[in-house]
Amino acid sequence: MAAIFQGVGAAPALSSLPSNSFDSKNILFSPRRSFSVRKAPSFVVVRSDGTMNLDLNPKGRRAQQFIANAVATKEDSSAASSSSKPGHELLLFEALREGLEEEMERDPRVCVMGEDVGHYGGSYKVTKGLATKFGDLRVLDTPIAENSFTGMGIGAAMTGLRPVVEGMNMGFLLLAFNQISNNCGMLHYTSGGQFTIPIVIRGPGGVGRQLGAEHSQRLESYFQSVPGIQMVACSTPYNAKGLMKAALRSENPVILFEHVLLYNLKERIPDEDYICNLEEAEMVRPGEHVTILTYSRMRYHVMQAAKTLVNKGYDPEVIDIRSLKPFDLYTIGNSVKKTHRVLIVEECMRTGGIGASLTAAITENFHDYLDAPIICLSSQDVPTPYAGRLEEWTVVQPAQIVTAVEQLCQ
Amino acid sequence: MALSRLASSSSRSADLLKPLCSAISLRRPISTDTTPITVETSVPFTSHQCDTPSRSVQTNAKELFTFFRDMALMRRMEIAADSLYKAKLIRGFCHLYDGQEAVAVGMEAAITKKDCIITAYRDHCTFVSRGGTLLEVFAELMGRQAGCSRGKGGSMHFYKKDSNFYGGHGIVGAQVPLGCGLAFAQKYSKDEAVTFALYGDGAANQGQLFEALNISALWDLPAILVCENNHYGMGTAEWRAAKSPAYYKRGDYAPGLKVDGMDAFAVKQACTFAKEHALKNGPIILEMDTYRYHGHSMSDPGSTYRTRDEITGVRQERDPVERIRKLILSHDLATEKELKDIEKEIRKEVDDAIAQAKENPLPESSELFTNVYAKGLGVESFGADRKEVRAILP
Repeated sequence: MAAIFQGVGAAPALSSLPSNSFDSKNILFSPRRSFSVRKAPSFVVVRSDGTMNLDLNPKGRRAQQFIANAVATKEDSSAASSSSKPGHELLLFEALREGLEEEMERDPRVCVMGEDVGHYGGSYKVTKGLATKFGDLRVLDTPIAENSFTGMGIGAAMTGLRPVVEGMNMGFLLLAFNQISNNCGMLHYTSGGQFTIPIVIRGPGGVGRQLGAEHSQRLESYFQSVPGIQMVACSTPYNAKGLMKAALRSENPVILFEHVLLYNLKERIPDEDYICNLEEAEMVRPGEHVTILTYSRMRYHVMQAAKTLVNKGYDPEVIDIRSLKPFDLYTIGNSVKKTHRVLIVEECMRTGGIGASLTAAITENFHDYLDAPIICLSSQDVPTPYAGRLEEWTVVQPAQIVTAVEQLCQ
Repeated sequence: MALSRLASSSSRSADLLKPLCSAISLRRPISTDTTPITVETSVPFTSHQCDTPSRSVQTNAKELFTFFRDMALMRRMEIAADSLYKAKLIRGFCHLYDGQEAVAVGMEAAITKKDCIITAYRDHCTFVSRGGTLLEVFAELMGRQAGCSRGKGGSMHFYKKDSNFYGGHGIVGAQVPLGCGLAFAQKYSKDEAVTFALYGDGAANQGQLFEALNISALWDLPAILVCENNHYGMGTAEWRAAKSPAYYKRGDYAPGLKVDGMDAFAVKQACTFAKEHALKNGPIILEMDTYRYHGHSMSDPGSTYRTRDEITGVRQERDPVERIRKLILSHDLATEKELKDIEKEIRKEVDDAIAQAKENPLPESSELFTNVYAKGLGVESFGADRKEVRAILP
């Protein structure tokens, strides 16, 4: 408790600094390893062009208070600082739809194909209203034939169209694995660069609410070694819309992973046109003591754990990696160089998941900067059970994250 | 490119023949005559849920000579590839098309370069008929820089985007949904063109084919599914793999046509008919009854599951090049010797291309990392020494 009071005391002193100066030495290289002294609330915001600046807005003070409320309806993403207008509030699936709609208006080559995306409006309402607006040739209802309609999307992309293939649940795309791996990922290479495949494959995945084993799959671990594709995972309405638009504009095949439980998140997003860089990670909460890398739904478990951790005196740096392939080793590396401790929290299974690859990548590149072995918290290597309590235990819970951080920071 | 070279070589032989022409007034100049000649296809067409096209096909001397040269060139190219493979200059898989040339040549004669063709791994001759050069073929087979896919694709990955040839696919049957996607794009962009998606009798049992056909029929796509039925799926005869080997009927609601695939004119007639049909009514299936002389690939002798007598029998009775040769001779368009001269020129051309391809360098090491992503993300792999190359992000 003393630690927090000290921090509060220190805040006014630092807030007198002019808001657009920064001293990189202070932020990155200061040997602040003692946890009894609370660091002053000056946050570093890493922008998409790689520059950094201090951001002294009130969210710093909020992080210090004891917050009883758990999961946030968030507006404290780093993007909040970039919107000058108030923007508009919407849910994540609406943000996806907005992004898709804007791109379809902007580029007549964009079309959507999937099961029940047209007349039904999409099983998660992401494509609601698009068929009436754009017609049956641009929003296409397919029969239940993932292998062939994914193949057709890829064939159409070879000619220059920009299709969006929706898997009603990501798990169904396993039926199209051959098309995604061999044709989507490899055609640019095996044709010597003649064809680009500007396709976007998207859909909800992840563990939901007692959906059963086959409908709770995390395909990012299966697709991650396919060469030639990019994978991104959205987690907030802001980055959902931004990533959707960036994926549609990209010349490479992009797989956009959404999560079943995140569709109803509400956030205020800017009115103006914006995209999120596909290869960039998002700094959710800058910190000093430990780097927590996460993505998709686990971001919220991490943020929930972060509140507990802050109350216990830790200062975790939370990064939503967003780009699952390739990893944003620049942002991650800078964070590791700062904190020297890494915790990865993911929803993939322990074996062969994104966390496993990320652990390897960090160990290979930043081994010298690590003070402790990387801890990777993943889901259990089991099919997701139906029973609610068992399902809870397959995925990582905030309590486990807190324990892991405490273990790392000993 | 190959074809234009052939045309120029024919004008040389035309010069040689001028003295003969004046002597024997019945002889007409070769390769430029377009007075129509009518030929009959070898067998009538059989159809499923549609009308059959007529057995009489209009052609002319120019086309006959084009067919002869193209097919002889393809034949020579494939046999040369056989020798190169045995000399270990071509590695991996090499699937040869000799015997089936009439399908590639007849199809090309019926369509334009705006129509798309996509096929499986037996793609060398289809690539040439779409305008690929011999150098591109041999360089790609030998993994050299001048190859059509810069040496990075290999035998099964020939592509030619500017003439709408979409390859070149190794996984059996996976090209058919791609082909229906091409047809979708043509409909979307209102191209008034069609897509020919070729597959074999082995691939005809793939589920994704029927899925793609269903979607194409639902959406009225200008897709033509062409089954090149050479009666063997690698080592398995068609009657052992398919309960119903009448591949042209297996579209059920989609009309089908069975064609003698060793007769280039039958193929041409069927493709013209199919193009008209597909533009108006949606997908149609063509079954080309054809035969391959080589085994499935170079590692397959081709004689363990069929008799040598069968192969020689087909070669004697149904060979596509021989058929054209007989037509040319019977219409007095050239002498035996002239045709043999053409074949000698072709042989020389192929040998020259091989020599040129052998000189061509292997790709640079940096080519390993190019074209993984479009516009490159700067992503690089690590060398064997992990510190050698690091991942760089833009």
